[in-house]
Formats: sequence, C-alpha cells, structure tokens
Amino acid sequence: MHTGTRRALLLHLAVLAGLFALQFVLPDYHHRNLARILVLASYAAGYNLLLGYTGLLSLGHAMLFAAGLYGAGLAVQLLGVNAASGFAIGVLSGLALAVAVGLVALRTSGVAFMIVTLMFSQAAFLTTLYFAAFTRGDEGFVLPEASRQYQIGSFFFDLSDPGTRYNFALLLFAACLMATFVLVRSPIGRVLVAIRENEQRTTMLGYHTFRYKLLALAASGAISGAAGAAYALLFSYVGSTFASIQYSILPLLWVLLGGVGTTLGPLIGTVLMFYLVDVISGYTSAYLLLVGVALVLLVLVFPKGILGTVRAKAAPWLP
Amino acid sequence: MSFGPHLFLALLEGTVTAFVLALTALGLSLVFGVMRVVNVAHGEFFMLGAVLAWAVSSLIPASPALGFLLALIASPLAVGAVALLADRLVLRRLNYAPEATIVATIGLLYILQQLVLTFYGPYARPVTAPISFRVQFPWFGYSGYKLVVIAAAAALLAATWYLLMRTRIGLVMRATQYDRETAQAFGIPVERVYSGIFALGAMLAATAGVLIVPIQQAHYLMGLDPLLLSFITVIIGGLGSLRGTLVAAFVIGISDGVISVFFSPTLAKIIATLFVALVLVFRPSGLFGSARA
Amino acid sequence: MAAVTLLATEGLSRHFGGVKAVDGVDFALDRGEIRAIIGPNGAGKTTLVGMICGRIDPSRGRVRFEDRDITGLSAWARVQRGIAYTFQITSVFGGLTCFDNVALAAQRRVHGHRALDREVARLLGRVGLADRAGVVAGVLPYGHQRLLEIALGLALKPKLLILDEPTQGLSDAEIDHFCALIRDVAAEATVLLIEHNMAVVMELAQRITVMDNGRILAEGAPEEIRANPQVQEAYLGS
Repeated sequence: MHTGTRRALLLHLAVLAGLFALQFVLPDYHHRNLARILVLASYAAGYNLLLGYTGLLSLGHAMLFAAGLYGAGLAVQLLGVNAASGFAIGVLSGLALAVAVGLVALRTSGVAFMIVTLMFSQAAFLTTLYFAAFTRGDEGFVLPEASRQYQIGSFFFDLSDPGTRYNFALLLFAACLMATFVLVRSPIGRVLVAIRENEQRTTMLGYHTFRYKLLALAASGAISGAAGAAYALLFSYVGSTFASIQYSILPLLWVLLGGVGTTLGPLIGTVLMFYLVDVISGYTSAYLLLVGVALVLLVLVFPKGILGTVRAKAAPWLP
Repeated sequence: MSFGPHLFLALLEGTVTAFVLALTALGLSLVFGVMRVVNVAHGEFFMLGAVLAWAVSSLIPASPALGFLLALIASPLAVGAVALLADRLVLRRLNYAPEATIVATIGLLYILQQLVLTFYGPYARPVTAPISFRVQFPWFGYSGYKLVVIAAAAALLAATWYLLMRTRIGLVMRATQYDRETAQAFGIPVERVYSGIFALGAMLAATAGVLIVPIQQAHYLMGLDPLLLSFITVIIGGLGSLRGTLVAAFVIGISDGVISVFFSPTLAKIIATLFVALVLVFRPSGLFGSARA
Repeated sequence: MAAVTLLATEGLSRHFGGVKAVDGVDFALDRGEIRAIIGPNGAGKTTLVGMICGRIDPSRGRVRFEDRDITGLSAWARVQRGIAYTFQITSVFGGLTCFDNVALAAQRRVHGHRALDREVARLLGRVGLADRAGVVAGVLPYGHQRLLEIALGLALKPKLLILDEPTQGLSDAEIDHFCALIRDVAAEATVLLIEHNMAVVMELAQRITVMDNGRILAEGAPEEIRANPQVQEAYLGS
C-alpha cells in the first residue's frame, strides 16, 4: 500500500525536477510558453480538486481566476502595493469569492450547480465590464514596470525577467501540485473522494458533507485565485477576457483531456491543449473549433482522459 | 420626446423582444422538459438561423420579400437537420446523461460558432426587411416590420401550442416527458421523439433568428445573448413548464425593453443574472419540479 | 427501566401521500440487547429505522437516544452520536479499496497513519477480509461486500448498530459466519436487526418486534413470538 505512495511521490518530484531542468534547454519561444502553461496548469489543478476529487462540475471557475487576477492587478495598480502583497490579496480574493459563492451554490448539485456557477461567473464577468473606469473592461490594463520589481533582503527580483518569471511560475505549480498530492492522500481527501463516489453513504458515516464540499471549493478557489494573481504579476496584463465563460470552459477541457481526478493530468492536458491551439491558430482564426471538437470527443469516446486511462490500464497507484 | 411617448416606445420595443424571446426560450424549455437536456448550444441555433437567412436571401437580391420568405422556410429546416445530426451523433450516444450532455453541448456551441466564423467570416451583415413601410404615431414613426415580427411570432407560438396540446404527436411528446420508461413500454419510440423534440427546439430558435435578422445584423457571436436570456426565462418560468416559459418571456422581454431605455444594460444584466442564480438555488421545486406536476 | 433504555420513539409516524408507512409507533430498545424487527414486506420496518437514523424525516413523533431528543438532528450528527446504519442494498464505495472504505469510517475516531493502518487491519480481520485490503470493493463477490458493509458499521464503533437485511443473498456458510460475528459485536454495541430469515432471527435475537401495516403488532422473547397466535396469523403462518 505505501510503496505506491512512495512511487507516486518520486514521480511527482521527478516531474518537477524535469520542469526545472527544461528552462536551460528550451528555446526562448517555448520557454515563454511553458511559463504561461505552468500558471494555467496550476489553475487546472485547482479546478481538478473540485471536479476530479469531489465530483462537483463547476462552469464558473473563471470568476475565481479573475478574482485573483483583478485582486492582484487592481491592488498593484490602484493601491500601489508591492508584488508579494498583491499576490496575497489575489489569493484571498479567490478564496473569499469561492466561500461566498459556495455557501449559496452548494445547496444545489448536478445540473443546477453547473448553471448556478455559470450564472454567478457571468455576473462577475459583467461586473468587470461595468466598472470599466477601474478595469478598462475588454481592453484591460498593463501593470507598471516598477510594481513587478521586488526586494527581499539582499535579493532583488524582476518579474519581467524571463528566468525569474519561469521559476516563479514553476514554484507556484510545484506548490499547487504538492498541495493537491498531500491533500488527496490525507483523510480529508479520502472523504472528498467518498463524496464524489456516493454522497449519501458518506453522510451515513457521520460526515457533514456540505462542510467538506465547501472546503474543497474554498481550496479550489484559493488555488485558482493564486493562479490568476500570478498571471497578472508575471505577464503584466489584466483584462476581462479572463473572466469570460471561455476561461471557465478551458480548465474543464484541460482536466478532461489530462485525466479527471489525477494529480498530474491537469499539467498534461494544459500542455497538449496549449500547443494544439498554438499550432492551429497558425492556420485559422477559428482555433476555438478545436476546443469544441475536443470537448465532444472527450465526453463521447475518452471520458477518463490520458492519465485516467493509464491508471486504469497500467498504473493503479497513480494518485 | 416627453416621458409618455418614451415609455410607449420602450413598451413597443419590449414587446418585440418578448415575442422573439418567447420563441427562442420555448425551444430551450421543450428540450429540457421532455429530454431533461440542458442545451448550451441553443443560442447557436438562433445564430445559425440568422446567418443562413442572410445566405438564402442574398441568392435573390432582386426581391427582398421573396428572399426573406424563402429564408423563413429554408433556414429553420436546415437548422433542424443540423440538430438531428447532433442528436444522433452525440446526445443519443451519451444516453442523455445530464452532466456529459452539458459538456457536449458546450463543445457543440464552439463547433457551430467557429464553423460559421470560418465559412461566413467575422462580418455583421444586414438582411433587407421584406416590407419597408413605417407606422406613423403622433410622436414618432415606427418600423412596420417589427409589428410583422410580433404577428409572425405570435402565430408560430400558437401553432406550437396547438401541436403540443391538440395533436397526437403532442400527446406522444407529453407522455414521454411525463414518464420515459412507461412511454417506452407502451410502444412510443422514445428515441425518435427525442430527436424530433431536439430538432423542433432548434427550429424555433432558428425561426427567431430569421425574424430578428432584418432588425439586428447576422454575426457569428450573436447567439450568446439570446442563450443567456433564454436561460433566464426558462429558469424563472420553471424549467420544463411551457406556460411558465411564455409568461416569463413576456415579463422579462418587456421589462428588458423598458429597463434598457432608462438604465445601463450591463447593470441590468448583472442584477438579472444574480437573481436567476438565486431563484435556481432557493426555489428549486418551483423550477425543476413543476414539469412533473 | 429508564436507565437502561438506549433508544425510544414516541408516536413516530411517517405518511407518504395518503399511505401511513409508519403509524404512531412507540418503540424502545435496551442497552446491550440484540433486537430483531420482523414483518411482511411493506410493514414499515425500513421506514422506521430510516427515521431512527435520520435518513427519513418523520411526519410526527419524536426519537430519543440516550435520554436526549435527537428528532431534529441530521443523519450525520446521529452517526457521530453513535447510531450506525448498514444498508439493505449494499452500498460500499465500489471505486475505493477495502482499506479506504473502512478507513473512511474509522478515521474520525482513530488519528495518525500508523494507528489507522492497524485499526483498519484489525477490522478487516474481524470480518474475515484481512487479505483483501488492497482490492477495489466493487470487484468483491456479493457476500464479501456485505461483510465489508458490516466492517464499515463496526469501524464507527457505534452504540447502536442497525443492520437492514444483512443476510440477504448470503450462502449458509456465510450466514453462520455472520451470526458468530454479530454475537461477538453485541458485547460492545446494541444491535437492531431487520431480517427476513427466521432461522437467523431465532438464533440471534433476544427480543423480537413484529410490525404489520405500520404498527407494532407484538413484542417479546422469541418463544413468545413463536407462540403468539396473532403473529402466526399475520406473518409466520402465511
């Protein structure tokens, strides 16, 4: 039983080490891409915590990503706080919004939960447009150069430097990956999976399932918020596109592709989809066609995704 | 213009919105009521109807009226065929499982939207209205075509109502909605009924799209607003309840017309969206349950 | 009497539409006993225990457990107070291993990796599934799933263990094993059993409650019930 845990831990550390090593060999273009992918994969990991390990399908995660994005971006832009405080504010915004939405939306389940989260997220998106005086709406705004430089003791960080940016993105992803890994192996993770499998039965084992679902949503919101905040600070752009429905659908797609309920699935799904879209957009502006086709094919013929299939066929120890 | 005529104009606009919305939302409501499928791609059927209307009517540039009439028939039929195909190839294979179906229809939304972008392009194109006279009120002139839209939509709503409530086909549909297993046991071809309902729902949306295109230009992203409004309508009216859907369409359509004349449309949308989410959470029996009653 | 009463219901009723599934039942259970509820199908047995463990809300009446009114408590809170319910239709977590199934029930009580490992191994051993810890529950044969279900119940260390038709679908050998297990459990917990297999009831139960049409028809020791002409007419004789 515990050799599986050790093997899984080694695999995770190896993946992180590999990602660290990649920065020294990748050409500039892919180096930049991978930094972005790592932030988006962190977002997907947060989404997967809810869908994969708790069984709740949200169609409104864009509002949580955007809470982090705007929380950090507006704090830096309007209040002039430094990057680290901006990040903290972003994480807290994601967390707070997730808890507030959860207290209402988690009274529903299944299809109703999907629609309620979709509606809340749409309201959040419209809110970013309504307050265009601060957010500059669709157009968005770029963070000032100075706000992305940061001094801790004698260490000086410049988040616009590609190397620094890559390693911060990797740090974020590593934290999210290991946090989900530890969580799903913990007693709490066991309860979450039990809720996914059979909520009624879980109640009859003495668990107040609402609290656990709220906890999962809160953790998912904090991670999504962290990803959003990191995106704003590392790539210096904040715009309402990131609050639109599309950014609720994308993490669903990444997680479905990589494997629902696998810790490494979100990374694999994000990498593949990012590059597929990248290649396709070289040929057509209708690259979202790919997103549609992928969604339909995944639910139709490949519901377990890549790592889910690997786990079922060859490696049952995969977390 | 003083307040009175201003309100009158808003009410007229609201009535047009309400009738078009009622057609679109009725399609969504039917599909949910009978099949228990939340069709996120419903707005794309509306858009497809409008874009095809432009394509068909541009075949006969000499006679806008004839072109439009042709579009009014051909476009919904073509959209119905697309819906049939989607049902056969995707929804039926998922056995109409609720969550998988939503994800699949999201995929369908992107597929239809992006195919239109590929073949039609990112343009907004007008279709000439089949009639061009204006009704002259004491304070302002009003497009006669918009009154035609009201009349046409009302006729279609009545026809759909008749189909569902007074014909054998409607009886079969209602029996399937009431209890799928029993209907099957009584020899009702449930799969064919589902295909038919899905196509009918799409055709209603497409017709609404055709009717609107002389007022609002055809564009590949035009399906998103009707989708959201239809969702709001169907949830407020009670999912699956046709009568509720119609009542809600008029309340929302007219108030939307009035509100958007006097207030910021974005703020109105924010409030409406939040309100709908809360209705769905706190009045679920009045929404999901009414179909069974 | 009051000192030893573990559970009591007062005028407990549940109506489904016009049907009175359970109709004004006063039912009391003493600490430490093994009690069986029998009765024809539709007598209201499952509805009664459903109201006791909080799965079904009563239309009227109260439930008292350890001299506290628990009528308003949710199911999970009752489980935390010591009422465990094992399902009529086996509902172990089919996608999880036997270890995870039992660990789920045990981990609220036993903390720490090692201690939990030991406790789960002990519980699986007790129901005879020691070598199945790593097996996914869904692929176990039916009899073993029932045993796992009981291990889940035991893992909660309940004061009251409610078993809904536990021997349904078991082989004779498995039933013998099951009876030995329940006698063993009764040393620590009160057991309430809904059961159709009269051999099991007669062997295990110290007292028997007979239900019919949502009411209690008779109550007593096995011999008394066997001798009761009313019961024979309504149930045993048929």
